[in-house]
Amino acid sequence: MALKDITLGQYFPGKTLLHRLDPRTKILLLVFYIVALFMAKNALGYGLLALTLVGAVLVSRVGFKAVLRGMKPVFFIVVFTAVLNLLYTPGQGEPLIAFWVIKIYWEGIRTAFFMVLRIMLLISCTFLLTYTTSPILLTDALEDLLGLLKKLRLPVHELAMMMSIALRFIPTLIEETDKIMSAQKARGADFETGNLLHRAQALIPLLVPLFISAFRRADELAVAMECRCYHGGEGRTRMRQLKYAGRDYIALLLGLALCVAVWCSNLLGVF
Amino acid sequence: METSILKTESLTFSYPAEEGKEARLVLDGVDLDIEAGSFVAVLGHNGSGKSTLAKHLNAILLPSGGKVYVSGMDTADEARLLAIRRTVGMVFQNPDNQIVANVVEEDCAFGPENLGVPPDEIRKLVDDSLKIVGMYSYREHAPHLLSGGQKQRIAIAGVLAMKPRCVVLDEPTAMLDPIGRREVLETIKALNETQGVTVVLITHHMDEAAQAHRLVVMSKGKIISDGPPKEVFQQVEALKAVGLTVPETVELLYELNREGFDLPLDALSDEDCAQALYQLLKKD
Ligand SMILES: Nc1ncnc2c1ncn2[C@@H]1O[C@H](COP(=O)(O)OP(=O)(O)OP(=O)(O)O)[C@@H](O)[C@H]1O
Ligand SMILES: [Mg+2]
Repeated sequence: MALKDITLGQYFPGKTLLHRLDPRTKILLLVFYIVALFMAKNALGYGLLALTLVGAVLVSRVGFKAVLRGMKPVFFIVVFTAVLNLLYTPGQGEPLIAFWVIKIYWEGIRTAFFMVLRIMLLISCTFLLTYTTSPILLTDALEDLLGLLKKLRLPVHELAMMMSIALRFIPTLIEETDKIMSAQKARGADFETGNLLHRAQALIPLLVPLFISAFRRADELAVAMECRCYHGGEGRTRMRQLKYAGRDYIALLLGLALCVAVWCSNLLGVF
Repeated sequence: METSILKTESLTFSYPAEEGKEARLVLDGVDLDIEAGSFVAVLGHNGSGKSTLAKHLNAILLPSGGKVYVSGMDTADEARLLAIRRTVGMVFQNPDNQIVANVVEEDCAFGPENLGVPPDEIRKLVDDSLKIVGMYSYREHAPHLLSGGQKQRIAIAGVLAMKPRCVVLDEPTAMLDPIGRREVLETIKALNETQGVTVVLITHHMDEAAQAHRLVVMSKGKIISDGPPKEVFQQVEALKAVGLTVPETVELLYELNREGFDLPLDALSDEDCAQALYQLLKKD
């Protein structure tokens, strides 16, 4: 079953520089990277960004395979985007290929290529963040970075808490799904053959017990949390304190430099 | 009166009734006084109100009638809620549904964090409580990869990190295999003996109940028997009448007595039982 392959929020423990950076730095770097990605307009800019990512993956030692694996679920979206861009980008001059209603221009190929590159880089860098940062640190960092929003009365603590509990229960629920599935299969349920409607129907005896059990768990967890004196974010302290080190400032400067470099490369107008 | 840590006074409770039905008393006049430092087991068949009683001991539920005091604090006093909950820690049946974080030490830190303890003190509390339950070397592991017994010990450590004076455990071994059960029971006993923590252990297992200092038997929301396990288990008929069994040793001696022998019923351990039989055979 494909359940065990879910890489969402998966973390590869390690001690590389990328692992040791403060999680807030990493989130900010991700933001810089995404901004730069949307600024890039030509091959030089994209080249710079791709090189940066390759460098980061090498430093993190998670391996290109793991990064590519993250791409699997969005494969169709990527292909779809590519085809749309290829077909519907109008260009000047002669189309390269003209066949029935299909006209492909040089501009189309260029846009499609960059678009695919952009999506792939976007996903890869996001995965790189979750691969190198433990979920708990990630939520801590988010809570800290979004601290400003707390002043606007947004429930930042609650959101961070929800996220970390969701992450905590993903493996438990996956395990449970597996168990229910085996139990239903033993009773003759068939999840793998038949058309789409058939398979969707087969999911009902899986989802119903799963939901019931999830609600019961939520109930018990809420009581257990209350027993441990949980009363919201007010007056709460954290065992693990986040601290910026010298390397964080350097990394942030480099991130900023990347944005500037990409912006400058637009002015050069190569390709 | 600091020797009594938990005290209920004619405690009654009923869950809100469904429409058209009459509310039934789940707890029906429970008077219980638990001494600080003791190890009390609570026995009772399904639905006798054990879990409901447990939830009254740290103000998860509030009495419909009567009072509950936790080291002198009335649980109905909302201002003392946190003080009450840090005095009485609670451990439940399913370890999976009490662990909140995906790293062992982070989970242990949850209680003290909620209480606003400074970070370096939390570190110490977490390390200490993980050492008490013998899970210190697993502090950086993910809980979902541990065994049931280990998970339950993590849950106990999470409660201990709040430095409670009393721990209430509601069937903590019900979902565990025999090895896990033994691990958890050893931990609980050590807690009581070396840390001086008052333990209230709700259980279905006679052999677990037999190890307590004091045994409380519940039926239909009432306490029907209360005393040292040796005495309580002698009331074989009364226990059987409310759907409970007695330890196998007592059962054996009881059956022999029904055959006309005259054996003492206070032999809980295998050794005591063997000794009693040996004395009988020697006499003949
Ligand atoms: N949340 C609830 N709402 C309504 N009724 C409840 C609720 N929880 C328990 N009850 C009822 O209260 C009675 C006592 O339940 P309780 O859980 O205290 O028993 P117990 O002794 O812990 O049983 P078990 O050995 O099964 O854990 C039962 O009849 C049960 O149906
Ligand atoms: Mg119960």
